[in-house]
Amino acid sequence: MITEIGAFAAALALALSVLQGALGIALPRSDANSAAMRVAALAGAMLVAIAFAALVVAFVRSDFSLAVVVGHSHTDKPLMYKIAGAWGNHEGSMLLWCLVSAVFAAALAWRRGAQDEGLWRRAVGVQGLVTAGALIYTLFLSNPFARLDPAPMQGSGLNPLLQDPALAAHPPMLYLGYVGLSVPFSLALAALIEGRADQNWAKALRPWTLAAWTCLTLGIGLGSYWAYYELGWGGWWFWDPVENASFMPWLAACALVHSAIVTERRGSFAGWTILLAIIGFGLALLGTFLVRSGVLTSVHAFAVDPRRGIAVLVLLALALGAGFGLYGWRARTLGRASGFAAVSRESMLLWNNYGLAVAAGIVLIGTLYPMLVEAFGGGLISVGPPFFNATVAPLLAALFLVLPFGPMLTWRVGDLAAAARALWPALAAAVVTLTATLIASHGRAAPALGLAIGVWLVAGGLVYLRVRLRRGEGGPLRKLALLPLAVWSMSAAHIGAGVLTIGAVGETGFRSERAAALTPGESIDFAGRRVTLLDIGAVEGPNYSATRADFRVERGGEIRTVSAERRFYPTAAAPTTEVGILSDLDGDLYLALGEPAERGSAAWIVRLYYNPLVQFIFYGVLLMALGGALSLTALLRRRSEP
Amino acid sequence: MSVLAAVVSALAAATLGDPALEARALALDQEIRCVQCQSEPIAQSTSDIAASMRAAVRERIAAGDSDDEVRAFFRDRYGDFVLFRPPFDPRTWALWAAPLALLAAGAGAVWTAQRRGRGSDLQPEQGER
Repeated sequence: MITEIGAFAAALALALSVLQGALGIALPRSDANSAAMRVAALAGAMLVAIAFAALVVAFVRSDFSLAVVVGHSHTDKPLMYKIAGAWGNHEGSMLLWCLVSAVFAAALAWRRGAQDEGLWRRAVGVQGLVTAGALIYTLFLSNPFARLDPAPMQGSGLNPLLQDPALAAHPPMLYLGYVGLSVPFSLALAALIEGRADQNWAKALRPWTLAAWTCLTLGIGLGSYWAYYELGWGGWWFWDPVENASFMPWLAACALVHSAIVTERRGSFAGWTILLAIIGFGLALLGTFLVRSGVLTSVHAFAVDPRRGIAVLVLLALALGAGFGLYGWRARTLGRASGFAAVSRESMLLWNNYGLAVAAGIVLIGTLYPMLVEAFGGGLISVGPPFFNATVAPLLAALFLVLPFGPMLTWRVGDLAAAARALWPALAAAVVTLTATLIASHGRAAPALGLAIGVWLVAGGLVYLRVRLRRGEGGPLRKLALLPLAVWSMSAAHIGAGVLTIGAVGETGFRSERAAALTPGESIDFAGRRVTLLDIGAVEGPNYSATRADFRVERGGEIRTVSAERRFYPTAAAPTTEVGILSDLDGDLYLALGEPAERGSAAWIVRLYYNPLVQFIFYGVLLMALGGALSLTALLRRRSEP
Repeated sequence: MSVLAAVVSALAAATLGDPALEARALALDQEIRCVQCQSEPIAQSTSDIAASMRAAVRERIAAGDSDDEVRAFFRDRYGDFVLFRPPFDPRTWALWAAPLALLAAGAGAVWTAQRRGRGSDLQPEQGER
């Protein structure tokens, strides 16, 4: 019964979102139509929420008359993962996509703020059509409410690798980011339909872009953190097509966050901001296509159904076709540029967009290239980390070299010499890092340069904070308290990028690993630590059995213990690893338990990894997300002021 | 003694004694693709075939192969697909040229925007942010 209510609610929501689109775009502008559009958006969001709740209930109750529940749940699963199972599969995750889109449409409809009415109603209308497209795809091509008759007695369980808190939160975060980019897209199309974009329009665009970017940052960070501690080989980023699928919209969103500032403050780059908003959502849809269509051979491709892939491609073509078509038609009517010099804040933000957009383009080509080669009969090739590390990494390094100058320059015309003088302590810190690393690593230039760039970013962000503090009035505490939130947010995000760089370069450049066969009581010296296998034995979990190894780790007189497991889920074919991680400021000791060294012997293969500075990666991601959240707070606070 | 010998031989396959050679092997493990798994390097995969491919990397290095010879060894057996480093041949010229083309096109766009933005008598704007 509840399932029928859910399916019915979703169908009704589809009708309402089409109506919302018609009221915003096709029907004449009137107060009554605007009011009706608002009601349609709100009712639509509530209906999709009801549909999603019905699906969650089916998972919680293990209703095996639903095909998705059978495929992705099991009565033995802990409650949290039964709930997470609702979006841990293709159909449910698409319904989540619809839910986020409908809720955003309602938020857009009910929070008009200072936006021009014509632009606002167009945007709400386009957002209604985005929701409608997602609902059509969900209901007709990936219906989460499809029944199975007869209903089996037991489900086939969730992939045990996915039974994890970080991964329960990873898809909703990514979807908030992906779908969050649909709102800037709607606003961009609204501006093109109306043929104008004012500063209030840019003001409305910024919080959505920031929210989407922040969620993408957290979502990608969670996925990366999960890969690090769950996959058992110490890696955190592999330029896997699925990772690239989320990284491309992130790059576009990051560029958009910056270009929208220029559009709002100076009225410049309006056309480019609109184009980026269209591209950003296009890349989010492309990401969905790549992951869902099965064109990639990857663990994420749990929907291997070509009709679905084609349907997403059709939606992508519609969105991009409408976007680029309108852009070609209307771009010339958009506002004029206001002047700026080659050395100015505008110019720096332009270079920021150059770096990020080119990076997104390279990732796009690298990700799609193997499919193109195969399609043209060139056979199978792989484009992996060696390509991206040789192209995207130096580009980002160059971008980071100029980044600290950006905040130091004023709008219109900046003073490069003054900025350089203020930044000298940061330069000194970077040079010291470079020299020290070169000496310590016996002349390994690439990682030394990378670490120096990370330090340059962090120190540059601190210099900017100091410059802004000095400009204030009163005592030091008063100066600190009066510093605008926007200054804190920008510093946090830029310092976060530096911290992430330090972690990424440190881990990639200086990691070490070793495999050893250990019998209980045996020790091995590794990365300045003495690791002893204390004991190995069987343990029982709620829905798995495991072999657990306990280790003692001695480092400079300090003794700690850590354990690593190899888990066997009866519902899965292959064992999974639960690694043991001991984090210190300098890096992680990471222990993974392998298989017995030889049948009948007491020795087990243990893989030891030393991942220097790896935690900095995740702190950097958190700092960047904090920067996004603070900036969002500042924007929303400003919006609520008269 | 026989257990010990077995352990030693298992380890011989898993790691090379010389740290410099082992470091090369570990780097190669990262760019050779597990042929049975989905988009995973042999360094990452827990499958049996990845383990034997890792052993093969060490065997080739122990036999004196250079990194390129190890790559060629795998390419001859499994095709270009097995290497995450794309080959450089007519099929991939466009791939390797793309970053340069994008950089140039972007630079052109930035130059146009800069020129369009250039006005006379620009005064710095003092204010927040």
